[in-house]
This record gives sequence, structure tokens and C-alpha cells, in this order.
Amino acid sequence: MDLPIQEQVVYEHPVALLDVSTHYCPGCTHGVAHRLVAEVIDEMNLQSKTIGVASVGCSGFIYNYFDVDFVVAAHGRAPAMATGIKRCLPDRFVFTYQGDGDLASIGMAEIVHAATRGENISVIFMNNANYGMTGGQMAPTTLPGQKTTSSQTGRDVEQQGFPIRVSEMLAKLDGASYVVRRSLHDPKNIRQAKKAIRIAFETQLRGLGFSMVELLSVCPTNWNLTPVDSMKWLEDHMVPYYPLGDYKVHPAVAEMRI
Amino acid sequence: MARQLMKGNEAVAEAAVRAGLHAYFGYPITPQTELLEYLSRRMPELGRAFVQAESEVAAINMVYGAACTGSRVMTSSSSPGFSLMMEGVSYMAATEIPVVMINVMRGGPGLGNISPSQADYNQSVHGGGHGDYRQIVLTPGSVQESVDLTVLAFDLAEKYRINTVILSDGSIGQMMEPCELPEMQPLRGVSTEPWAITATMGQREHRMLSSIYLKVSDEEKTNIRILNRWRQIEANEVRFKEYYLDDADFAIIGFGSAGRVALTAVRQARAEGIKVGLLRPITVAPFPVQQVAELSKRVQGILVTEMNGGQMLDDVLRIVKGNCPVEFFARLGGVVPFPDEILSEIHRIAKGPLSVDVDPRSAWLDRMAAIVN
Amino acid sequence: MPPKGRIEVKEIICKGCGLCVDACPQHVIILAEDRINAKGYHPAELSLDGCTGCGICAIICPEAAITVYRQVAPAKENQ
Repeated sequence: MDLPIQEQVVYEHPVALLDVSTHYCPGCTHGVAHRLVAEVIDEMNLQSKTIGVASVGCSGFIYNYFDVDFVVAAHGRAPAMATGIKRCLPDRFVFTYQGDGDLASIGMAEIVHAATRGENISVIFMNNANYGMTGGQMAPTTLPGQKTTSSQTGRDVEQQGFPIRVSEMLAKLDGASYVVRRSLHDPKNIRQAKKAIRIAFETQLRGLGFSMVELLSVCPTNWNLTPVDSMKWLEDHMVPYYPLGDYKVHPAVAEMRI
Repeated sequence: MARQLMKGNEAVAEAAVRAGLHAYFGYPITPQTELLEYLSRRMPELGRAFVQAESEVAAINMVYGAACTGSRVMTSSSSPGFSLMMEGVSYMAATEIPVVMINVMRGGPGLGNISPSQADYNQSVHGGGHGDYRQIVLTPGSVQESVDLTVLAFDLAEKYRINTVILSDGSIGQMMEPCELPEMQPLRGVSTEPWAITATMGQREHRMLSSIYLKVSDEEKTNIRILNRWRQIEANEVRFKEYYLDDADFAIIGFGSAGRVALTAVRQARAEGIKVGLLRPITVAPFPVQQVAELSKRVQGILVTEMNGGQMLDDVLRIVKGNCPVEFFARLGGVVPFPDEILSEIHRIAKGPLSVDVDPRSAWLDRMAAIVN
Repeated sequence: MPPKGRIEVKEIICKGCGLCVDACPQHVIILAEDRINAKGYHPAELSLDGCTGCGICAIICPEAAITVYRQVAPAKENQ
């Protein structure tokens, strides 16, 4: 007699992520990052105490996808808004989710000072080397020579300067506790990104101060590449310029046991 | 409670603390800096939040975040700093959250100077930030009034979920006067307001606060809701003070410091037997429209006096509609008028002749040529 | 014998980006060429036997559209 087949669920949709279709383009790694954040929120049982701060850019509509409280900041100001929330409600879990135009250009002052104050918030920083929402213009993170809709013959560093390596820069600040760069271009790196998000969130939960995970991401639509080719382009061009690694791990963070 | 001698800025800071201020975010700028300095000591002493932000832009966005939690929050600045805050001001108005802001005005435009001015009237009363919004604007004329209006500002902001500005100036902020402070109110716990962002705590559905309405029909509804709420505020919250107006032949209209200087001049004129009175708006938004309209029907002339180029004058002219002649006198750019100057204006007006056909700003500029050159 | 698995793709939210197709170590996922979902995309589906339930497709999926199952050996006492 055949026994009924028994199955275990290897992977299912995280609870903190709403079961809805996103507005992101096919293959966009915002979806991957959202999922990782939701998985970590589930694992740490943070959903009921989480307040997210959305920024301006493609991820500005992140509040539609999470089953947690959200506010939407002005362009670049998410770390300031998160500071206001966290100072009023210190026992809540507060994270910002920002793109590279938002964080590394218009919001540079806010992110630097949130980090140097050791503000007890967590930042998910999506670096896809262009302004996605407005149609693929040059961002502070656009690579030298990279063609965008506002650097149409390629970013000319003579005229437009060099990209900013945000993680390396913030790591220099005494107030920052956990600053790392990961990539979302393949399953192995995605797994490592999730571990980093977990450490970042634990850093806040234990009151250890500012944490940021920079995630190298793709923008297939504006890069004019297929999703699969985008992942390859990220690996071949972005990873060499933006090396993956741990740029700041405060000893107290390093000692954490998760 | 006993009266004590306090500097305007510090009195406002302590009044806010006693009104249950949960968090303060600011940036140093003269002439409001004592407010920030005072709270940098006082707030941590009480276990409350104080952050000296990296800029006024950051400060107002910290306020934005904090206000979204339903906590009593405040910022303060002076004119150029307020210009930087306009981003957050517009966003907060659109998000419909209660916020208190203190503008200790100084001479402008631009970097200007650190002397008293009233040149941010239009910025506060008629916008400043982008989009269609209104905010309550309170104008103190003394240290005691600054204290009282600070407490009122929190109540009004929360009652209507609206930005509330205390439009003070370098003179009121820096002067020392005896004042009576309010009783200390207990700090409230986590907000239970049905809109506040406090995390669900497993007790309710998740919420969102933002200023974005992608559907234009939703944005239109929001604008209409804001305007309807403003009608309510206009009906219920107009505040002003009247001095010697009952039998007045002439009326002066002036707010804040200018109103205070004008009162001294009015008293001197009364001692001389000139029947002149003063209307001092406390709320310049909502503006005492009805009072000005009625006044214009029973006096022989109105003198508007301000420390700016006639920003309130334009509002008064719109209300008076030619019912009576309107004259204007101002010192500006950080210059404060002396009571004697306003008394001379009273003499001039009392002597006449006055005409509704004269452009009061233009006539004033002609007279100013002799004063400034 | 390698473990047996299967995936369920929530077709309505799949955008046919093909990242799972590329990432699948067993090469058993395809985009269904014979149909489109409500958004106009060819959704991903299992095409062949051989899924091990490794979950790599779910890890790369930007839509969280994939649920992964793996067979487990029946408990001893039931045999």
C-alpha cells in the first residue's frame, strides 16, 4: 500500500510581507530586499513593534507591501524622520529603506549625521547606480563611463566627478556600529545579505546604535538589460567598484550571539 | 505660581516643557538660540528628547517623524532657518499632523541681520512651502503672551491636526520681562490617536502616514478637507486684543512688537486728547477679518504699522475694501520703530486730509525717502 | 537518491523575469510559453521532474511568488 507523501515546506511567503503584487519592474531586486527584510522581521518576531520609514524613489511605495506601520519621508530625509520617531518611541524597531539617489545625494547630510550620532536605527541602502524612478538618470553611485539618461555618453568624471562609496565613508564615523556592503546578484550573495540584515536589526534591538546594510542592486529597465543579464552586469561591473565586505563592525556587534 | 523674570526665548522653552513637550529638534540661529540652549539642558534633565540637528532641514524632518508618533513636538528657528524648513512644513501640512514651530524673526531677506523684524508674515500666513495649505499663526507681544500662546499652540495644533506657528521676533525673544509660567503637565504616554504611527503592537491593523496621494482625486479630497478644517478654525479661533477702540476716530492695526510699540504711541496720543485706538491681532492666521471690517465702517482712518514692507497691509486693504482710508507706516530690515515715530504718524493722520485713493505703501515709501537718506 | 521536491508559483504575482529559471541548479523551471497571467507575463513553472526542493528559486525570486516543498521520508512507525 502506498503511504501518503509527506512534505515539508522549504520556503514560503514571509508573514510581514503582504501577499500582493508589487509595482516594481520584472527582475528588480527591490523585491528581493523587501523579502529579506520581511523574513528577518518574521524570524526576530519584530512585526508588531516595527515602524518603517520609506524614502523617495521606486521604494517610496514600500508601505504598500509590509504589514507594519510606515511613514513616508521627504527625499533624503528618512534618517532624520527615523530619528524623530526613535527618540519618541525608543522601544520600537525603526528602519529606513532608501535608494542611492535618496541616501547618497540629496540625503547625504542626514545619513552622515544619523550615523555619527550613533542613532539607534537600521538603514537598508539600495545601490543600483542610477535614479530608477525618474527614469535612469546619473546617481552619485553611477560608475565612471556608465551611460544613463543624464550622462548619455557615459559618466565623465572630469565633469561629473566620481561615484561615492557610502559604506566606506560612513565606516569612518565613530558613531556607526555596523556598516556592511552585500550584493543581491545571486542566491549565495542573497543569503549573505540576509545574514547582514539580521545583524543590523539585532544591533538596533540591543541598543548598539547605527547600522546600515548597503545592497548592490539591479535596475534592468533603466540599464536596458534583461533581469538575468543585469545580475551579470552587477557582478562584473559594480562588485569590483563597490567591494563587498564588512566596513565597520563595532566590537560589541562582533560579540553578539544570534 | 510666582512671577519670575525671564528672557522671552527661555520662557517659551520652559512653557513648552510644562505643556508636555516630548521632543525638541533644532539648529542654532540668532536670535532664537537661547531656546535651543535652554532645552539642551532642560529636556535631558527630564528624560525627554533633545537633538541638535545637522541643519534646519534635518530638524524639521525629525519633527515630522516625531509628530507622526502623536507626541508633543516642537522646533524653533529664525527667518533664514525657517526658509530651510519649508520642505518639512509643507509635508507636515499635507500629512495633517500637529506640530508647533517658533519663528523668532530677524531682518531679511537673505542672511539679513539678527535684529527684530516681522518680514516672515507672508511666509507663515500665506504659504512659504509648496502646495495649498494653511497654518495657525500666533503673534505674541510680550514675554507673558509668548508663554500663554506656547501652551495654546500645542492645544490648537492637536485639536485641528495642523501646523501652528508662533511668529515672534528678536525683540520679544530677547527681552526680559516678568512672567507667570503654567503648571507642569505630566508627559503623556504613547499616543492613542487613531492616526498615530506607534507600531501595531499586535493590537490593530498597520497604518501609514504620508503626504503622497497618487490618485489626483484623493489629493483633491485632501486639499478640500484641509480647507474645510480651515473654515472651522476661522470660525472658532480668531484672537485679538482691542485698546481704546470704543470711541476711536482712528484705529491702528499692528501685531507683535509693532503692535506693542503702537500701544505706547496710542497712550501718548490719548493723553493729548486724540481719539485713537489699537487693534492687535493675536492670530494673524486666522486673521480677525470681521473685526477689521467692522472697524473700517466706524473710524475715519486706519493706520497699519508693521516691521515689514506692508505684508499684513495687503490683507487689511482686502478687508477694508475702501470703507475708510488706510495709511501705512513701517520700519524694516531689522529696524524697530520708536513710539515717537508712530505718534507722529497719528498726528499726521488726525490732521488729515485722508483719501481712499492713495496707495498707502507708495505714500509711505515717499515719506521714508526723507528718513533713510 | 536525491530528495524530491516541488514548487508552487503564485502565477498572479509572477512577473516572468526568469531569474528562477537561470538560478535553478536542476534546470527544471521554465517560463510557461503557452499562457500569460493577468499582468501579461509568462509565469514560471516546473517543467520536468528533478526538483529537489532546494529553495534557490525562492531565494532569488523578487516577488516572493514561489513556495517550495520537499518530500520527507515517512515516519518509521507508519511502515
